[in-house]
Amino acid sequence: MKSGSNLEKILQAGHFAFTGELGPPRGTDAEEVRKKAGFLKGNVDAVNITDNQTAVVRMASWAASLIAIQEGLEPNYQMVCRDRNRLAMQADILGAYALGIRNMLCLSGDHMKFGDHPNAKGVFDIDSMQLIQTVKRMRDEGKFLSGAEIEHPPKIFIGAASNPFADPFEWRVHRLAKKIAAGVDFIQTQCIYNMEKFRNFIAMANDMGLTEKVYILAGVTPMKSVGMANYMKNKVPGMDVPDEIIKRLKGAEKGKVAEEGIKIACEQIEEFKTMKGVAGVHLMAIEWEHKVPEIAKQAGMLPRPKVD
Amino acid sequence: MIVAKRKPFDEIKSLIQGYKKILNVGCGTCVAVCLTGGEKEVSVLNAEIDMARKLDNDPIEIDGFTIERQCDREYLAALDSKVDEYEALLSMACGAGIQFLAERYPHIPVLPAVDTTFIGVNQDVGWYEERCRSCSSCVLGWTGGICPVTMCAKGLYNGPCGGTNRGSCEIDPEQPCAWYMIYERLKKQNRLECIMKLAPPSEWANQVPRTLIQPGYKKPEKKA
Repeated sequence: MKSGSNLEKILQAGHFAFTGELGPPRGTDAEEVRKKAGFLKGNVDAVNITDNQTAVVRMASWAASLIAIQEGLEPNYQMVCRDRNRLAMQADILGAYALGIRNMLCLSGDHMKFGDHPNAKGVFDIDSMQLIQTVKRMRDEGKFLSGAEIEHPPKIFIGAASNPFADPFEWRVHRLAKKIAAGVDFIQTQCIYNMEKFRNFIAMANDMGLTEKVYILAGVTPMKSVGMANYMKNKVPGMDVPDEIIKRLKGAEKGKVAEEGIKIACEQIEEFKTMKGVAGVHLMAIEWEHKVPEIAKQAGMLPRPKVD
Repeated sequence: MIVAKRKPFDEIKSLIQGYKKILNVGCGTCVAVCLTGGEKEVSVLNAEIDMARKLDNDPIEIDGFTIERQCDREYLAALDSKVDEYEALLSMACGAGIQFLAERYPHIPVLPAVDTTFIGVNQDVGWYEERCRSCSSCVLGWTGGICPVTMCAKGLYNGPCGGTNRGSCEIDPEQPCAWYMIYERLKKQNRLECIMKLAPPSEWANQVPRTLIQPGYKKPEKKA
């Protein structure tokens, strides 16, 4: 066992994992985090706590992670390379571990341009690949990036993201291979809508033996509306929303578009359960945390297994 | 070359406020090539300043002098006999030139008239693009001659982020994705193995003031 986190135990025991997401507030209200955590508790194995998501300043990911722990939820602490240099990152990792954080997701981060401080100096001292290596070195060798010894190294279950849809498509699986070589333990993918392309991606990953080395959690975001689907298709870089999804949402009865969105998500989850190389689902119900219990139930993900 | 752009006129005007006699020093190298701070631009700026100050009823005596290279002592010497006639110097050189000028004449205020922008290339007349961030550790050998430090908005060393969009960068559809281009070029050259290995964290030598002495020009070390 690398970290002893609940997520690691679930995956290692061969259960189909189910993770959620919680966006910290744009203020100091801990109650908001607790409220969102309430919807997720018992319904997911771990919850991603985003780090200045979309380059917009929010409550620190480690702080919201700590509140999640207090609420009985296991956090997956996200860290982006955009906002910190290697000193700050390693310091935060030590602090996060000391506070009880056991899973971490290593990300490059959205560009500053999209956020509320577009003129900020992006740091990107190291990239997500190098961050994975750093955490692995801290955990397995008990050393900082500089080579200096760590007293009581942090035992972290290391995650990273993969976008199977961004160009160049053939390179995506190689990038996944690089992340595995860097030392990642689990992968959460970008929201999947183009199932055909994802099947190709996972087939390539299976052929290269990658899915035996890493747990892949397929990303799912239920569509709330036709507007959201169009936005995702046209405005979100690297997102692949096929026309058939939009057509299906448009065809839903009045007032039942969101229901149709959830139905599509549940159908996807059913397929992922049987897909070789997929170890679980990462549900990103963006600002829709209160729907998670319903989705988890409808997708047949409940009750969540208990592993000691 | 080093590319610079002229500061907004109002900023220049406020920098020279209160001075009655100044010398505007142009530079004949990079900033002249990028049409920002050569002889012609010195004359144009001086005419604008002259006119603006007359309109403000606050005339100024402003001269121009363009030297070959402001970042080179040999050429700066030509100013030695002139500078004391002026209350301040305005410089249209890059930041390096301006600092060298200020260092040579520490008793006189030296004020920048340009913003040094980047190291770039000439795409067309008056159109320049950044190509190098002088990071001190060139990776072009394994990135197909395309610089990810400069051309990737996140300066990534290990392949494209999730934001690549049909070959464009997430920040702008007009901005090509550096890693997409690197991949395409290396694929054509059958050299994809160049980017399969993990690139280690960069040693950011450009975070400290750097000095370079070419091997043949090093002075012998002093004996203890």
